[in-house]
Amino acid sequence: MRFRNLAELVQLAEQEGKPMYEIMIEEHVQETGMSREAVVEQMAASFDVMTQSVQRGLTEDIRSFSGLTGGDAKRVYEYARKGRTLLGKQATEAVAMALSTSEVNAAMGLVVATPTAGSCGILPGVLTSLRESLGLSKDQLVYGMFTAAAVGYVVANNASISGAGGGCQAEVGSATAMAAAAAVELAGGTPEQAIQAAGLALKNVLGLVCDPVAGLVEVPCIIRNGFGSVLALAGADMALAGVRSVIPPDEVILAMYNIGKTMPVELRETALGGLADTPTGRAIEKRIYGTQDGSQEAGEA
Amino acid sequence: MIGPSSSHTAGAARIGRVARSLFGAPWESAEIILYGSFAKTYRGHGTDVALVAGLLEFATHDPRIPKSLLIAKEKGLHVAFRTAENPDYHPNTVRIRLTAGAHSSELLGVSIGGGAVEILEIDGFKVKMTASYPTLVIPHTDRYGVVAAVTAILSNHHLNISVMEVSRRGRGSDALMVISTDEEAPDEAVGAIMALEAVKTVASINPS
Repeated sequence: MRFRNLAELVQLAEQEGKPMYEIMIEEHVQETGMSREAVVEQMAASFDVMTQSVQRGLTEDIRSFSGLTGGDAKRVYEYARKGRTLLGKQATEAVAMALSTSEVNAAMGLVVATPTAGSCGILPGVLTSLRESLGLSKDQLVYGMFTAAAVGYVVANNASISGAGGGCQAEVGSATAMAAAAAVELAGGTPEQAIQAAGLALKNVLGLVCDPVAGLVEVPCIIRNGFGSVLALAGADMALAGVRSVIPPDEVILAMYNIGKTMPVELRETALGGLADTPTGRAIEKRIYGTQDGSQEAGEA
Repeated sequence: MIGPSSSHTAGAARIGRVARSLFGAPWESAEIILYGSFAKTYRGHGTDVALVAGLLEFATHDPRIPKSLLIAKEKGLHVAFRTAENPDYHPNTVRIRLTAGAHSSELLGVSIGGGAVEILEIDGFKVKMTASYPTLVIPHTDRYGVVAAVTAILSNHHLNISVMEVSRRGRGSDALMVISTDEEAPDEAVGAIMALEAVKTVASINPS
């Protein structure tokens, strides 16, 4: 890969007069030895999986394995279709679609990890809502996935994309940054605006902890995906308007990494603290596993 | 992938597959020790299910993943889970020991996020293997010329080495080569390496 951080990525894109997604496609071709067509086709196949997971959650009665979640995507979607929402139809639909994918994930359905399964709703939420509002083709949305992938690559290699490693900021935060950058390029913004959007959006989730109730990827993960999609759109809009992150996006990523390292283990995907350690969180855990001490006893299969 | 967590499910399934590939034969019993976040959330995240799915060689999108524990049981395989703490380990760490008769093999794997993994130990040898490229794991006897013989075979098959590690327990004793290549090694190349006198066996691990 010819870039290690977002600044180098933008520099390459500007020097060669190409969008970031084109740089990412070329790097992937070089790295895998596959043809450009094959690389794009592979991403298009992932896009199809993504679209199916969005649709499933909006049309089927999704219920998670624990029975704790499901149905909210449909609720929000139907509400948005009635036309009177506070955020506006497009952003509310993005929420519905983000919730949808995350609900499918919690029900052990097929999803694309973008960058992780816990944060798999944000990019599909943003992309599918832009498809309608900007009138984009499937090919363009697939390119948007490469923009997102470039940002995800940088975050994963300079920080962390794991909740156990860096808290929710590393998952929902990374996904939000990826989606924000993709939204900017899809809306015709410059590479520089795209990474500014990523930096602006990521700044807003710094410090977000990973505190899954009963150790499930459900509460609060699904709702946070819904919020992440709106945050990504807001970041993209601010960047397209010319707002810049005073702290450069690459430094925001490093800050995220350092915050993650100093986060107590209770708040890094151990179900020991935060929402997992509330009376209701513990009661849910007890109902599901029959224990209430936070540890999930080892058993034999 | 089939979830619900890329690090706790897809990554775990991948570590399971690597363990199965390293073992190189059907296993009878699996002892699995979970550390950190894996230990605390493995039931909610389906890590146990995913590890066993990997040990059964299911891909990360295989619809049988949710039923893997049951499938293993039906096949008469013994799987035992244990949790432990080790503050030096990454929060998503698992140790897997596979046994079949007198043959056993052990690895320490870490799921670093998004389904990506690192293998840090193979049968007591410290390694750093990502399993994102085709990889050959070659236990051999520490002796001059073995590394050269192996790389010559790879070169003859036009395989480019991207990462290579060699370590040994002591001079002239058990040693391990871990070689990642850009392309998958064909059976003839693996066979030729296996035929080398100082080589004990070759495990071929291909990305899933």
